[in-house]
Amino acid sequence: MDEGQIYDRLAKIFHEVFEDDSVGLTPELTAKDVDGWDSLTHIRLILTVEKAFKIRFSTSEVGKLENVGDLVALVKART
Amino acid sequence: MRLNSLYSELQWLPRAPEDFAARLKAAIGSSETDVGRALQRLANYALDLNRLSKLASAIDKAKSGGRSLQPLQPFRLAVLSNSTIDMIVPAMVATAARHGIALEVIQPSYDQVAQEALAPDSRVNSSQPDAVLFALDYRALPLKLSPGDAEAASATVEGGIAYLQTLRDNIKSNTHALCVFQNFVPPAEALFGSLDRAVKGTLRSLIGEINRRLADFVTESGDVLLDVNALAETVGLAEWHDTQLWNLAKFPFAVEFIPLYADHVARTLAAVRGKSRKVLILDLDNTIWGGIIGDDGLEGIQIAQGDPVGEAHLSLQRFALELRQRGVVLAVSSKNDEGIAREPFQKHPEMLLKLDHIAVFQANWEDKATNIRAIAEELSLGLDAMVLVDDNPAERGLVRELLPQVAVPELPDDPSWYARTLAAAGYFEAVTIAQEDLKRAGYYQDNARRASLRSSAGGVEAYLASLEMTITFQPFDATGRSRIVQLINKSNQYNLTTRRYTEPQVIAAETDPEVFTLQVRLADTFGDSGMISAIICRLSQPGEWEIDTWLMSCRVLGRRVEHMVLREILEHARANGIRRLTGTYLPTERNALVKDHYAKLGFVKTGEDDSGASRWELRVEDAWPAAAPMKVVSHGFARPKETLSV
Repeated sequence: MDEGQIYDRLAKIFHEVFEDDSVGLTPELTAKDVDGWDSLTHIRLILTVEKAFKIRFSTSEVGKLENVGDLVALVKART
Repeated sequence: MRLNSLYSELQWLPRAPEDFAARLKAAIGSSETDVGRALQRLANYALDLNRLSKLASAIDKAKSGGRSLQPLQPFRLAVLSNSTIDMIVPAMVATAARHGIALEVIQPSYDQVAQEALAPDSRVNSSQPDAVLFALDYRALPLKLSPGDAEAASATVEGGIAYLQTLRDNIKSNTHALCVFQNFVPPAEALFGSLDRAVKGTLRSLIGEINRRLADFVTESGDVLLDVNALAETVGLAEWHDTQLWNLAKFPFAVEFIPLYADHVARTLAAVRGKSRKVLILDLDNTIWGGIIGDDGLEGIQIAQGDPVGEAHLSLQRFALELRQRGVVLAVSSKNDEGIAREPFQKHPEMLLKLDHIAVFQANWEDKATNIRAIAEELSLGLDAMVLVDDNPAERGLVRELLPQVAVPELPDDPSWYARTLAAAGYFEAVTIAQEDLKRAGYYQDNARRASLRSSAGGVEAYLASLEMTITFQPFDATGRSRIVQLINKSNQYNLTTRRYTEPQVIAAETDPEVFTLQVRLADTFGDSGMISAIICRLSQPGEWEIDTWLMSCRVLGRRVEHMVLREILEHARANGIRRLTGTYLPTERNALVKDHYAKLGFVKTGEDDSGASRWELRVEDAWPAAAPMKVVSHGFARPKETLSV
C-alpha cells in the first residue's frame, strides 16, 4: 500500500473518530492541533487504525508516535 | 468459524444496516412520542463500539434537550471502577435502550472507588442513584500471594471480602441504591500450572475463593451479582485480558467485548426493573425437530438420539424444558394443521416436550404476528414478555417488523447452535428466584382449565363459589419480600401507579410506621396461585391513607380479589382511625385495564389532568363493599383473625 492510499484511509478514520470532517492530514499534524485528541481518543484512534488495517502495534510503538507522519510510516512498514 | 464471535458480535441480534447513521438521524428527527421507540429499535441491532457510541450521544442529546424517551424507563446507575471505563459507559447507555431503559451513568473520576463510597457528599453518594455497579477488577483488590500458606490465603480472602463489604455498607448508609457487584476474572497466566487451582494462596485460587464468597454474600444481602467471570470464561481468558491495553490505558478487558459486557449489564438492570421476558414461543418444523411434519410424517422427522441433527433439535427442547422448570411459559406457533402438529407431541417417543408443557398451542395457517398476539392475549401478558424462536428468516423478519416488542433471535443455519444462541441472548435473565417462579408455568395451564370450567359452570357467582378460594392477607415481610419486589417491578397491566421500588425501598416500607402494606395470596381448588397482589398505603395526612401502590397479577382477574382487598384495607383503616382513602390512576401504555378500578370500587373522582391521570377518594365510614365467596385468612397484623365470608 503506498502512502497516498494510507493517507486516504487514515483521513476517513480521523473524521470518524474525531467526528469532524474538516481535519486535514499532514505528516506534521500532532495531537495539539486537533480538538479532542486526548489520551483516550488516542487509544480509540490506534484501535480503529489497527482494526482497519488488520495490524497490531507494539506497546512502545504506540508510546513513541509523535505525529501523523510516524503513524503512516508504521502502517506502511506493517502492510 | 470462531465460536466466540456468537458472543463478541452479539449474533442473536440482526446485523446493523449499512445506513445506520442515516437511520439514527431520522430517529432523532421523529416526533416527540416516537423518539424513544425509534432509538430502541435501532438499539436492537448488533452494534459495534462505534455505532454504540453514536447511538449513546444521540440518546444523551435527546435527554439533555428535554425530550421524553418514553417508553424507555429512566435508570440512574453509578459505576465505581478502578479501570478506564470511558469507552464502556457510552456502550452501556446505548445498550440499555435495547432493554427498555433510558440509562444515565454517574461516572466519578478514575480510580476513586473508596473515596466515592466512603464520603457521604461524594458524587456517587449525592447523586441518589437507583443502583451502584461495583465494576472492580482483581487488580483493585489487596491480594497478597502466599502459595501453599492456607492461613495467609484465608486472611487475604477475608481482607478482600471485608473491603467490598465496607464499600457496600457505606453506599447503603448514604443512598437507597441497589448494589450490583461484578465478580473477578483471574488472569490467564498460571504460576505453577494446574496446581494453581489446588494450592491455596495462588492468584487463581484466591480469586476463585473471593468469587465464591462474594456470591454467598450477595445472595444473603439481597444485592445483585454480575457474573463477569462466567462471561470471561465463556469467551476465553486469553481473549478477555488484553494486557497491552491494560498497560497503555488501564482498560479492564479487550475492547472487542465491550458490547457484550454492556449487554450483560443492561440485561441485569432490566431484570431488576422486571423487564425480563416470560414466554418462549417455539416454531415446530426445523426448529424443535428436523424436517417438516406435514411432508415427512411422524417417521420422517429428525428427533431421535443417535441422529446428530435430531440431537441438535433435542438440545433446544431440553433447554426449553429447563426454562419451563424455572418458570418460563412455553407456547407453540406453527404454520401447520393442528392435528398433524400435535402428533409428534402425543406419539413420538423421543420428543422431550409434551403437550402438557405447552400453555398455548397455535398451529394454523394465520401469519405469525396474529398468532403471537393471540398467545399474548390468552396468557394476559404483554408482547414485550415474548420471545419467538423460529428457523425461518422470513417469519423472523415479519414478526420483528409488525411486533417490534417481541424478541426474535437470529439463528445460525446449523441447529447444533440453536440452544446456545438462545441462551446467549439472555432474554430470561433473573436477579432472584422466587418460589412462585418455579410454579409459574403451571399457573397458566391451570388458568386454561379454569377458563373451560367457567364456560360450563353457569353464572359467574356460582363459578367463583365452585373455585373454593382462600385469600390470605399479611403485611410485607422478609419471606414474601423477593416476590413483592418482583411484582412491584413486573406488573404492568393491573397496576394503578406503576411505581417501581427496589428491595431496599420495600424493606423501608416494611418498617415505616406510617406505611401500611398488604401482600395477598390466593389458592383455589385447582392449585395455589401464590402471591397475586401487593398494596402500599402511606399516611398522607392525619386520618388519610394515600394508596401509593395497588397492583395485582392478571392471573386472578375476574375473581373479585380487588373487592376483598378493599375490604381488608378498610378494616385496617378503621382500626387505625383512618377516615379517608385516596388513590391515583396514572395511565401508561399498558394499564388501561384499571382505568375504572377505583370507580368500580365505589371511589369518587376528585380530579383528572390532561395526561389522563385521575384522583379518587373514598370515605371509610360509608364504604361497605360486598364480599366475594372466599375464605379470608389474615395474619401477621396486630389482631389476627380467621373468618368465613359468604
